[in-house]
Amino acid sequence: MKFVKLVISNFRRKIIRTVLTILSILVAFILFAYLAAIRQSLSQGIDVAGADRLVVRHKVSIIQMLPGSYEADIEQIPGVADATFSNWFGGIYQEPKNFFPQFAVNPEEYLAMYPEFLLSDEEKEAWFSTRTGAVVGRNTAERFGWEVGDKVPIQGTAWTRKGGQRTWDFDIVGIYDGAEQGTDTTQFLFHYAYFDEARSFGRGLVGWYIVRVDDPDDAVRIATAIDDTFANSPAETKAETEGAFVQGFADQIGNIGAITQAILVMVFFTILLVAGNTMAQSVRERTGELAVLKAVGFTDSHVLVMVLLEAMAIAGVGGFLGLGVGWLMISRGDPTGGLLPIFFLPPKDIVMGVILVIVLGLVTGLLPALQAGRLRIADALRQL
Amino acid sequence: MSVNDNGTLVKVDAATKYFKRGSEEIHVLEKLDMQVPEGEFLALMGPSGSGKSTLLNLIGGLDRPTSGSVTVAGERIDRLSRQKLAAWRARHVGLVFQFYNLLPVLTAERNVELPLLLTHLSRAERKKHVDAALDVVGLSHRKTHYPKTLSGGEQQRVGIARGIVSDPTLLLADEPTGDLDRKSGDEVLDLLKALNKDHNKTIIMVTHDPHAALRSTRTLYLNEGKLSTEPAE
Ligand SMILES: Nc1ncnc2c1ncn2[C@@H]1O[C@H](COP(=O)(O)OP(=O)(O)OP(=O)(O)O)[C@@H](O)[C@H]1O
Ligand SMILES: [Mg+2]
Repeated sequence: MKFVKLVISNFRRKIIRTVLTILSILVAFILFAYLAAIRQSLSQGIDVAGADRLVVRHKVSIIQMLPGSYEADIEQIPGVADATFSNWFGGIYQEPKNFFPQFAVNPEEYLAMYPEFLLSDEEKEAWFSTRTGAVVGRNTAERFGWEVGDKVPIQGTAWTRKGGQRTWDFDIVGIYDGAEQGTDTTQFLFHYAYFDEARSFGRGLVGWYIVRVDDPDDAVRIATAIDDTFANSPAETKAETEGAFVQGFADQIGNIGAITQAILVMVFFTILLVAGNTMAQSVRERTGELAVLKAVGFTDSHVLVMVLLEAMAIAGVGGFLGLGVGWLMISRGDPTGGLLPIFFLPPKDIVMGVILVIVLGLVTGLLPALQAGRLRIADALRQL
Repeated sequence: MSVNDNGTLVKVDAATKYFKRGSEEIHVLEKLDMQVPEGEFLALMGPSGSGKSTLLNLIGGLDRPTSGSVTVAGERIDRLSRQKLAAWRARHVGLVFQFYNLLPVLTAERNVELPLLLTHLSRAERKKHVDAALDVVGLSHRKTHYPKTLSGGEQQRVGIARGIVSDPTLLLADEPTGDLDRKSGDEVLDLLKALNKDHNKTIIMVTHDPHAALRSTRTLYLNEGKLSTEPAE
């Protein structure tokens, strides 16, 4: 403790320089937190993707539909535990900018496939038994102020009803929560049976299949088996793990991970130079003082550790404040008003941030600390 | 403390010190012998570059002889490891420098406290010692001042307080008045004299100033690597 006070007193030395260094580290870590949240948001789903789930889509593209008969065929394949389908609806609520994903599904099967979507038993019951019933994720429900019992008209963009009307009416019968922080609670789910019967074309077709495998380690083999089953048919498939599927989606907006990483590497390289320079300069300026400390009996390791602690303290104050401020700003939610519905700082990035703070302190402190530790008293005192 | 039979506190035996500067070797001390009895106030004089600071550094354990031995209070300090030597300095040596060498970021009392941070003393005990040391140098009223708000003489007195706060065996001062005007210098010398007489501190003081040397109990002259009791020429 008494040594810590001594370390801290050094911040008085060049207070402006210390503050500026801390500020630049702080800004870097706010940026780090923000980019982490944005990346998380854009690639949302990848982290929480079920390792035991495959997505099977049309080989040509996700837009091409598949026959509804494939489900039974897929379930025949050894190692497949369960299969269900989903169908993109792409409707609009009031205005085109009110985007959220809507899927026509088989409710029982879909909920069995996605246990991370949490509904009460009553809500499930109500959904299963209401043909026009829909359940919606907490995020989207709150966004539009929907409650159970509301009637919601959605304009189909691709899908019209027999007779040409574009408006589809749904009854909200449940609002689901996510089992995890990263679970997508923006989806709007309704009965495929209602949809398929009422749509003007495309009957019997589905968008894609979701397949649960018994053993995640077997996923690749099963994916190949599925694709082989439908090879040379009019609708060939491409099966891949859910993680790869979501990743593929995210990649369409550009390789977000690589971009954020590149930005962060540049930022931290700069910070390393700034903080490293501050420490190096700070030690160079007080060679004599360090020699005096040694002269009165501080050991080489005392002095080494003190300089290292000083660097760690600068990195720590700036870094943890930055992470904290970043976290506060991020907790205020989606900064874009809807584009990034799932916006939070993932715990693994918080851990990564903490590690970065420590590494930054160690790296910027190590050289000056070693230098200070090696300092010979007689030489240093002569240089005064 | 253990002192030799004849009361010798510091014994330098055939100490030789070379420095390497590039390829050339500078011979500063040549087989130098020296004995300082306990309770002495020794003044060390000699021309600039004669090796006075070097000798003082050897005695204070700040540097090691190239050959020969340095014994203080019965302990061969030239053989101690760097780590042990640091601990030894903390326990046995108080240092006073020409340019005071106070830490600008610490108040007077915290500067004085520095050597005590290495002891097991509690905060309260440390404060007691610091107050006592500042009292001895007559600066109790300045203890919360930072060095830059003190005069040169006051800074040097803080430096002396730091030198004596851990009650060291030996007080070493390298030109303690070299940067002071006559009046402040005299105050510092009076203080050293009092520490020697009233507190029985053994002091070795390097000085260029014959007037300062007058306060000592003995004066030695260093010239061309050798000590003598008479100035050169
Ligand atoms: N660490 C060192 N490295 C190289 N040379 C040194 C070192 N310390 C001292 N010297 C050389 O040794 C000689 C003696 O130096 P020292 O500082 O002991 O002299 P001094 O008597 O104290 O001089 P001054 O009165 O100017 O302080 C000088 O020539 C000096 O350049
Ligand atoms: Mg000198």
